[in-house]
Amino acid sequence: MLTGDKRSIAKAITIAENSPEEAQTLIAAIYPHTGKAHIIGLTGPGGSGKSTLIEKMVREYRRRGKTVGVIAVDPTSPFTGGAFLGDRIRMQELSTDEGVFIRSMATRNSPGGIAKATKDAVKILDAAGKDIIIVETVGAGQSEVEIIKVAQTIIVIHAPGLGDEIQAIKAGLMEIADIFVVNKADRENADKAVMDIQAMLQLDNEEKAWTPPIIKTIALTGEGVPQLIEKIEEHWQYLQKGLLHKRSLEKAEAELVEAIKDKVTSSIIEKLKREKRFERILQQIVEREIDPASAAEKLLNQELE
Amino acid sequence: MFDKQKIEEIAKERERWEKSTLPNWIKHCPERQKEFRNHSGITIKGLYTPEDIKDMDYMRDLGFPGEYPFTRGLHATMYRGRLWTMRMFAGYGTAEDTNKRFKYLLSEGETGLSTAFDYPTIMGYDSDHPMARGEVGVCGVAISSLQDMEVLFDGIPLDKVTTSMTINGPASVLLAMYIAVGDKQGVPREKLGGTTQNDNLKEFFAQKLCIFPPKPSLKLSVDVIEYCARHLPKWNPISISGYHIREAGATALQELAFTLYDGIAYVEETLKRGLKVDDFAPRLSFFFASHNDFFEEIAKFRAARRLWARIMKERFHAKNPRSMWMRMHVQTSGCTLTAQQPLNNIVRTTIQALAAVLGGTQSLHTNSFDEALCLPTEESVRVALRTQQIIAYESGVANTVDPLAGSYYVEALTNEMEEKAMEYIQKIDDIGGVIPAIEKGFFQKEIAESAYRYQREVEEKKRIIVGVNEYVIEGEEIPIKLLRVNPSVEKKQIERLQKLRRERDNRKVKEVLEKLHYAAEKEENLMPTIIEAVKVYATLGEIMDVLRKVYGEYKELIII
Amino acid sequence: MQSGSGRKIRVLIAKPGLDSHDRGAKVVARALRDAGMEVIYTGLRQTPEQIVETALQEDVDVIGLSILSGAHMALFPRIMELLKEKGLTDVLVFAGGIIPEEDIPELKKIGIKEVFGPGTPTETIIKYVLENAPKRK
Repeated sequence: MLTGDKRSIAKAITIAENSPEEAQTLIAAIYPHTGKAHIIGLTGPGGSGKSTLIEKMVREYRRRGKTVGVIAVDPTSPFTGGAFLGDRIRMQELSTDEGVFIRSMATRNSPGGIAKATKDAVKILDAAGKDIIIVETVGAGQSEVEIIKVAQTIIVIHAPGLGDEIQAIKAGLMEIADIFVVNKADRENADKAVMDIQAMLQLDNEEKAWTPPIIKTIALTGEGVPQLIEKIEEHWQYLQKGLLHKRSLEKAEAELVEAIKDKVTSSIIEKLKREKRFERILQQIVEREIDPASAAEKLLNQELE
Repeated sequence: MFDKQKIEEIAKERERWEKSTLPNWIKHCPERQKEFRNHSGITIKGLYTPEDIKDMDYMRDLGFPGEYPFTRGLHATMYRGRLWTMRMFAGYGTAEDTNKRFKYLLSEGETGLSTAFDYPTIMGYDSDHPMARGEVGVCGVAISSLQDMEVLFDGIPLDKVTTSMTINGPASVLLAMYIAVGDKQGVPREKLGGTTQNDNLKEFFAQKLCIFPPKPSLKLSVDVIEYCARHLPKWNPISISGYHIREAGATALQELAFTLYDGIAYVEETLKRGLKVDDFAPRLSFFFASHNDFFEEIAKFRAARRLWARIMKERFHAKNPRSMWMRMHVQTSGCTLTAQQPLNNIVRTTIQALAAVLGGTQSLHTNSFDEALCLPTEESVRVALRTQQIIAYESGVANTVDPLAGSYYVEALTNEMEEKAMEYIQKIDDIGGVIPAIEKGFFQKEIAESAYRYQREVEEKKRIIVGVNEYVIEGEEIPIKLLRVNPSVEKKQIERLQKLRRERDNRKVKEVLEKLHYAAEKEENLMPTIIEAVKVYATLGEIMDVLRKVYGEYKELIII
Repeated sequence: MQSGSGRKIRVLIAKPGLDSHDRGAKVVARALRDAGMEVIYTGLRQTPEQIVETALQEDVDVIGLSILSGAHMALFPRIMELLKEKGLTDVLVFAGGIIPEEDIPELKKIGIKEVFGPGTPTETIIKYVLENAPKRK
């Protein structure tokens, strides 16, 4: 897999999605090889042209001799558990390009919208030697802010005439975006969209070393894409100056904390279930004998002794 | 239309009937369903009376045939004067094969030609293109160059027949080839009669044969409309189609509304070229499906005619009555044909054809009973043609105009279809027009929902399809003969193409293709240059490749 | 009601060749999704190479090929050949659309496990996939 063999990469991602224990072993093994790729997150509302833009971005990167991995995330239906993964359609011509790997993943109802498996998939593509990894998510619900846990450069894309005003870009997105893209720039309201974003950025008083640029693109023709790639490169240079390390530390902390939470929770709950104390405690909570937080504290104190 | 007092009397009597005779009978014999609804979502009442059409005004809403609003028919005598054109869609294999089928159908009494092209041709690829592998001549005739076109119409005088060509993206090229054949035969261009489907808008959400993105696709369609308005007065440059929309899963109502909206879009675009509406509107034509729900279809056709007339008069201020004519071709529905017990399809096609005739169509294609399995054989296509002839000559329905007018049910349904279609039209106007609606996936979503709903109804047996989910023959064997296209067709075509490329004047071809590239970038009307190109035997694929370079290729928006 | 997490059956619904009739493919895709599967749809006009690459990268369990243009005898063998080349021999492959009865034995010989003709209820296809998808860890 480390050589970039596509079949192995695909199988590895499947393991990450389905077998937590095997995944852990796998990630442990490949982790030393990660940390080289530039991870780009792309998020925005449906209809903004994300997939079309990514297709053009990938072509541009390929022209510059880079290898690219793309992860397209779509929501799992909360009712049926199934998912329709259709982002690939715009990128299908790239599927036979040796230097491109595209994988569609469903959120599988992970709380933040970006499953742990997706984060693992990023690591896998990183270890497999991909220079650039693009993660595409739909800008709905929580997932767009979750993307900060995965990506180093975050691009927020919007298109005029979608029915949402720029103001509808949730506050969280405005803060985390490193680059803004106004796609379908040949439309009437494109310039207004750019100005609206500028206005909202100015409301943010904080002195920032990196002012998010606003790039106009026409994804259908590819116009604006080379400029976008330039800006992404600039951001990468900027991050290298020290911010990258800081963010990496933050990311590591977030991941470690989450991993600890996961493990502690599952090991304690498993133990309780094995010792058949779990049901009893639930009953106590339901019968108002004890509240959940106090019950947890009691349990932890017992376990940690 | 009715006396107010008489209506009140009837209403009283109806209420009495509803309280006595009706429930007494229902106690004895309950209705088969709790509610009867057609697929468009309209509730069908048990009984229709004059009350249901009491607000109608005969002159305003029905009028006389041949006069606005044309509800009762475009011409004063309709089929008493001239029967509808029996125009059977045909095409497969090489140009020679289809030429033979054309001549067969003409000899059996068909009155107009209709051409089916193979997939590579439809998508603008030559028969030797890698994407054409396995598809040459399979679903239609393979036409890669003017040479093929000349063979296709060999021995068929273009001043004596009219030809419909079902082609969209490359419509300009195929029309150019037809014009070139006519020129060679010595037929003056003003005498060339026929239709090119040329409706690129519906491709984006129905037939899906899109080559270029929406804007350039629309431009190419309008190029043909404009060219014909100025140079080919007898040619119908466009057949604004609802058939494919319906086949993709839309309801009759959606078919009606979306087709009419496409028509509105084409008129608007053509007006932007500086033509006046009366200069081109008389040659716009339409193409609908005819499905199983007999009265829904008849109501749809009549509502379409009246609604289009009103739109042309009120929205576009047409003055010439011919601009308000909705001339339509109808094809019986392909997706209602079953692979199981195929002979049943003859019955389905008959009902659908009858609806089209009672709806007042100008031209009709009837499907063959084996078409759920393959292209029709000579025998099966003959039965389909006979179906039309029996309706025309033996059933008597063609002997008076618009026989169902005045039926309380049919008029009420026609009114409701028109009303609901107007609501859709308003909705699409609000979205900003057809291209924004396509990009937002509006049509696609509506159609996907209807298609899925239909399938669910079939699987839950709320909708019965005889032979498929009821009256099934277990372990059925289907003994009918199938038409198979000879695999040597592909080989023959490729050889012929390679020979052509060797023998033509390649310098001239290169020159004209460059000229075309330049013209496309300058956004000129491309028809004259394309005609030049086909005459020096540039191939379809070569011409389309130039346009692909300029316009880019289209990737669809998927909504399931 | 299905749970969100846990192993899902991944199905690739593909339209090989130039055939543009996608009503059936889309209805099946939706039905499979509603049955709890993850469905990857390639869109129209896929070459055999694109289909197999997609199956490989997406590590699908099942491939459904939809074709109504009659070109199946030219395209399917190529697809099966490529699947073998790439080592994807444990993927369940089925087909649907307009495929004459007489062609089915030949298709089964090259590895198409089942062919669903017009009128097949989606329930039948769902059941088939659930029962026959390769049981992977």
